[in-house]
Amino acid sequence: MTAIYILWLRQLKRFIRKKASIVGALGQPIIFLLAIGFGFGPVFAKAGAGNYIQFLAPGIIVMSVLFTSIFTGLEIIWDKQFGFLKETFVAPVSRFEILLGKTLGGATVAMIQGILVFLITLIAGFRPHLASLPLAFLFLFLVAMLSSALGAAIAARLDDMQGFPLIFNFLVQPLFYLSGAIFPIKNLPPVLDFMTKINPFSYGVDGLRYAFSGVNVFSPILSLSVLCGVSLVVILVGLYQFSKVQL
Amino acid sequence: MENIIEVENLTKKYGTFTAVDAINFSVKKGEVFAFLGPNGAGKTTTIKMLTTLLKPTLGTVSLAGHNVVKKPSETRKSFGIVFQDPSLDNELTAYENMQFHAILYGIKKPDYQPRIISLLKLVELYERKDSFVKNFSGGMKRRLEIARGLLHNPKILFLDEPTIGLDPQTRNHIWTYIYNLNKQENVTIFFTTHHMEEVERMAQRIAIIDHGKIIIIGTIDEIIKKAGTGKLEDAFIKLTGSNIREEAVSVGKNQMRITNKLMR
Repeated sequence: MTAIYILWLRQLKRFIRKKASIVGALGQPIIFLLAIGFGFGPVFAKAGAGNYIQFLAPGIIVMSVLFTSIFTGLEIIWDKQFGFLKETFVAPVSRFEILLGKTLGGATVAMIQGILVFLITLIAGFRPHLASLPLAFLFLFLVAMLSSALGAAIAARLDDMQGFPLIFNFLVQPLFYLSGAIFPIKNLPPVLDFMTKINPFSYGVDGLRYAFSGVNVFSPILSLSVLCGVSLVVILVGLYQFSKVQL
Repeated sequence: MENIIEVENLTKKYGTFTAVDAINFSVKKGEVFAFLGPNGAGKTTTIKMLTTLLKPTLGTVSLAGHNVVKKPSETRKSFGIVFQDPSLDNELTAYENMQFHAILYGIKKPDYQPRIISLLKLVELYERKDSFVKNFSGGMKRRLEIARGLLHNPKILFLDEPTIGLDPQTRNHIWTYIYNLNKQENVTIFFTTHHMEEVERMAQRIAIIDHGKIIIIGTIDEIIKKAGTGKLEDAFIKLTGSNIREEAVSVGKNQMRITNKLMR
């Protein structure tokens, strides 16, 4: 247990010390809120779909959590390259504890980033139901765990950052854009409909939207189950990958 | 005296490439043992197998009475290691790197706090304990890694080319710490190096490995006598040949990657 704690603490310390990257990571959500949020707002309202900022904000919060935690998970590649992973691998600690500590650390860091973005959306005019804030945080935390574990599982397979553009453009971006974060996932063309439904992050966005505004496509129970189930599978896959890592 | 390291028939294969080929040796408790060989001879692969980082293809290793493959956790508590490449977290301070290690090894705060302070004093880094490691020189990083490797009171300390890239002053200091540790705390030292004068200064016994096989084991005098040369350096060159070596370790690693890709 103490091993998980110290691995978690390390992630947190590293995160808090990189103030520039915390601020930097806020750039993209802010651009999305301003450019897309206010840009598409009038069209959205004209289509009779209501206030777009109200719709978009949960999607933007999920985006920031998704990106931050996948990247924190991917930091394991740096640990490999800079040798630090060896230090943890020769310690009397199981690979499971290492993976869990890293994943929890990445998820916590992403939660902090997500909460910062949440505060920014409030400034931009987002008005959530504060009563269901705990439920919203639960959804956010599950999204964070899932993406952090996903990042770690991928990092276990990679030796350097060269595969990074591939992961970003062909995995992270599609996971975000096809999650219903920026557009409603009702009445989509069949292919898109299928892709959003097999994307676990759609359930995260939808669940968060339910918690914040009471609007949902999937039942919240389904969303919770999908997020928990997929997270568990990804952690198990990550553990398997991790057990095969040789330094 | 009892053996603290026992290696039997230890083999590592990457596909068709044999990095370590059925080696046998033992190291006595409290001994300073040098493990020598040209680049790519199998030194680092052997150390990785001894320290649970790599599973042997064949053979057994026993460290402080624990089977390395069967009891990795117990084995890991019994040794400390300084890797060939740096393995510190540059974004943490010297003290935090030590603290991370202590907690990872399950040491409680009342125990690790004084130990960290005394070790940092030993390697002359106490004044810099709150500096970030990224601001350290190569020599300071090495000293910190040695201090860290000793934090959990290991019975054995593995040092894989600990003085690589360091100036003579730092090298001299590092070997002085190691010498004192061995004398005062009876820590068994298992090290690799390419500097023969370091071997002559430190080692009680030597094994020379080449092409994955151990070609000779003995004291410095025995090896010089067998090789029929005047100096250890000459004996080393005579026994392992004077040709420059390919980095067979990286060849092995690439081969391993290719095999993995084919199997995927």
